[in-house]
Amino acid sequence: MQTRKKTAGLALVGIIAVGVAGCGTTQTVSDAPAPLVLVTHDSFNLSEGTLEKFTEETGIEVEVQAAGDAGELVNKLVLTKDSPLGDVVFGIDNTFASRAVNEGVLADYASPDLTDAESQYLLPAGSGLEQLTPIDNGDVCVNVDHEWFAEAGIAEPVTLDDLVKPEYKDLFVTPAANSSSPGLAFLLATVAAYGDDGWQDYWQQLVDNGVKIDAGWSDAYYVDFSGPSSEGDRPLVVSYASSPPFEVQEGDTEAPTGALLDTCFRQTEYAGVIAGTENQALAEKLVDFLFSVDVQNDIPESMYVFPVNALATLPDGWSDYAEIAEDPFVVSPDDIDANRETWLSEWAAIATP
Amino acid sequence: MTPPRVRPAPGTIFAIVLGAAVPLAFVGVFFAWPVLAMVGRGFFVDGALDLGGFVEVLARPRTLRLIGLTVGQAALAAVICVLLGLPMAHVLYRLKFRGQRMLRALVILPFVLPTVVVGVAFRTLLRDGGLFGGLGLDGTFTAIMLALVFFNVAVVVRTVGTSWEGLDSRQEEAARVLGAGPARVWFTVTLPRLAPAIVSAASIVFLFCSTAFGVVLVLGGTRFGTIETEIYLLTTQFLDLRGASVLSVTQLVVVVLLLLLAARARGRRTALRRVDAALASRRPRLGDGPAIAVTLVVAVLLALPIVALVLRSLQTSDGWGIGNYLALGTTGSRNALVVTVWVALGNSLTIAVQATLVALVIGLAAALVISRQPRSRGLRRALAGFDGALMLPLGVSAVTVGFGFLITLNQPPFDLRSSPILVPIAQALVALPLVVRTILPVLTGIDGRLRESASVLGAGPGRVLRDVDLAIVARPVLAASGFAFAVALGEFGATSFLSRPDRPTLPVVIFRLIGLPGGDNFGMALAASVVLAAVTVGVIALVERLRVGTMGAF
Repeated sequence: MQTRKKTAGLALVGIIAVGVAGCGTTQTVSDAPAPLVLVTHDSFNLSEGTLEKFTEETGIEVEVQAAGDAGELVNKLVLTKDSPLGDVVFGIDNTFASRAVNEGVLADYASPDLTDAESQYLLPAGSGLEQLTPIDNGDVCVNVDHEWFAEAGIAEPVTLDDLVKPEYKDLFVTPAANSSSPGLAFLLATVAAYGDDGWQDYWQQLVDNGVKIDAGWSDAYYVDFSGPSSEGDRPLVVSYASSPPFEVQEGDTEAPTGALLDTCFRQTEYAGVIAGTENQALAEKLVDFLFSVDVQNDIPESMYVFPVNALATLPDGWSDYAEIAEDPFVVSPDDIDANRETWLSEWAAIATP
Repeated sequence: MTPPRVRPAPGTIFAIVLGAAVPLAFVGVFFAWPVLAMVGRGFFVDGALDLGGFVEVLARPRTLRLIGLTVGQAALAAVICVLLGLPMAHVLYRLKFRGQRMLRALVILPFVLPTVVVGVAFRTLLRDGGLFGGLGLDGTFTAIMLALVFFNVAVVVRTVGTSWEGLDSRQEEAARVLGAGPARVWFTVTLPRLAPAIVSAASIVFLFCSTAFGVVLVLGGTRFGTIETEIYLLTTQFLDLRGASVLSVTQLVVVVLLLLLAARARGRRTALRRVDAALASRRPRLGDGPAIAVTLVVAVLLALPIVALVLRSLQTSDGWGIGNYLALGTTGSRNALVVTVWVALGNSLTIAVQATLVALVIGLAAALVISRQPRSRGLRRALAGFDGALMLPLGVSAVTVGFGFLITLNQPPFDLRSSPILVPIAQALVALPLVVRTILPVLTGIDGRLRESASVLGAGPGRVLRDVDLAIVARPVLAASGFAFAVALGEFGATSFLSRPDRPTLPVVIFRLIGLPGGDNFGMALAASVVLAAVTVGVIALVERLRVGTMGAF
């Protein structure tokens, strides 16, 4: 009797052990060098075989570790400073760069392959210049439904100022700045455009003009926007400059939607070496590799953003549909870091009373 | 007559200690430790304890408003779910009719649908110009409530239903023969016996709703929020750990208070006579009319967003068609995905099976221990506390747990940070309370005398466990496994936090698709959601089928 009960107990432990062990870990002991861990955001994606080129060159595998959106990514790095998540980080953007730098989660390294041609993407000295290498950029802009405006016979708006005019009343939808990253980018565009004292007034005018504020980007784009992807009734939405190419159907020669290039906030994404890595030299090589033409040529088709490397080439069709703002709105990373909370709470008071 | 005292053999005590130790260790390592570590970060500033944040954060009018909203909407949703769920449980578990099993499986469907997708489907129906646009519900409190009920009514139907279906109906019949009207029978005979299951279900719904994150965010627009959405905001956007910690503790206090209330309301455990469901169920009668009507109305309301979803998944850029479904074998428009949807489905199924196994083993062990009714008052209290502890994972922010995992499980002996083990473990944590809550009311319902007589007749504790407890609980265990599986399959919060990019689950893939512009990717996301729902219904229907004849044949 006694033995049987013990067996039952042991069986229970055994089942748990099997259950846990069966969870797919195949930890094999081998002499192969440990892989480099690339910590990145959820949207990271490269074509098959691209990262393998790094392995061919160095003999080191790259393990990709997704860590949420850009803000979450930085916060995770801050929280795990004492026992870093990985060796290299990609996906810190200009709205979160100073937090990462000020918290000391990055080692000093910027790719020596950078040239003057990329200087527009560099962060200010002391705010990331020494730690972060620009990899890609994309613009958050108001998107417009060309077909809707053509049918309605109304001229499309062009600038931020236009959005508060009576003829565009109840036509604009944006994701909220405090729960969506394109929403935050759009808020920053207005801060840059109207200054620290003027943007609140602009937002009040937007609200008075019937702006609709949704919680998330997919909500705004797929429910309320009137573009081809949804059945909504608002022809103006905050999205990316690279969104229109997605709406082009096979055989079309024109995109049914477009981006208003005078309303854009530019997001640049950076890569850096995580402080505390045991593979500093290799980690630096991986940062260089992300900036290399191999990866940069792949970025548009796999992540829908523009490469920063001046030597990279854009895929066919991109120059037709995906436009780049010539003079996007810019807010310095230090300003963002210092004011993010204040701006967001002021914004919430005006936009979501 | 007092039953003969049976002195527990040392082995029994060993088994009980082990049965309690394993679930406690599990919840301790994978829940309590990470949460405490995370909360602690907020309260220790440069190594010194600083509780000043409490006053400051709790004094913000916004915080108070959010606490009120959270408690209010969760409580209201729990009440509505019980009111609607009870008639449904009666119809689906006490009556016998064609298509019943399918209906039981369908009820659980909302449970696994990704919130973002359902949110978009809901808003499509509710927005101006939508099918129900005229009602003006978009972005209102009512919309949130509709969605919360949509997602959670299954908890009541299934938890109460499985407890109800084995109830001996002869007591009701006896009361009727003696002249009691249907209302009197219901209130004096049936309801008291169902009370523990109802309270269990209501508290689970409350917990789910008070931490409902996606639903509130998508449907409440920006006007409504909960403690949960605020914790998310403070942690991921502002890195305001102090504020997040204060709110986490507040949430924990609210949850613990509720659990204590629930334990009190569940009250004294009464012995229930259980019979084979085949004996307890009967053909519908005229008197079942109102219950059937409620069931039909709710079924239609549950079906509406799902039908909207299916219809929209059949719309492609070239008009109606199955193009979105054909695309599931690809990696999406412009290579949106790393793996195809089918591969992701395979990942989801494997991980959900692992999670179900873990949740079942641990949940069963815990339920067996909690169901003991020791004579010592202190021991009884300890068991009640243990019971409550297992419910806590439902009431704590996934963000807190997720970040907690990062900062605790990152060094030996638990360096699991990038291990694929974490995903099924996290899903099991969410499913665990459901498993315990489904099995426990049945176990505690077992007449203690049954065990005692078995012992007196010479059966050893192992044999008693097998022939009495496990035999009776076989049916709820299957129900629980189906439930746990469904939860694991649809789980997104913790999974998205932990899943590895090379091994995404279906909800993770859907989330990625819905985050990209272009009708094709959106169509794929909808089709993938329909597939996820269909697979779940299939699995649940299978579980329902398996239950036939398992009684006594375990």
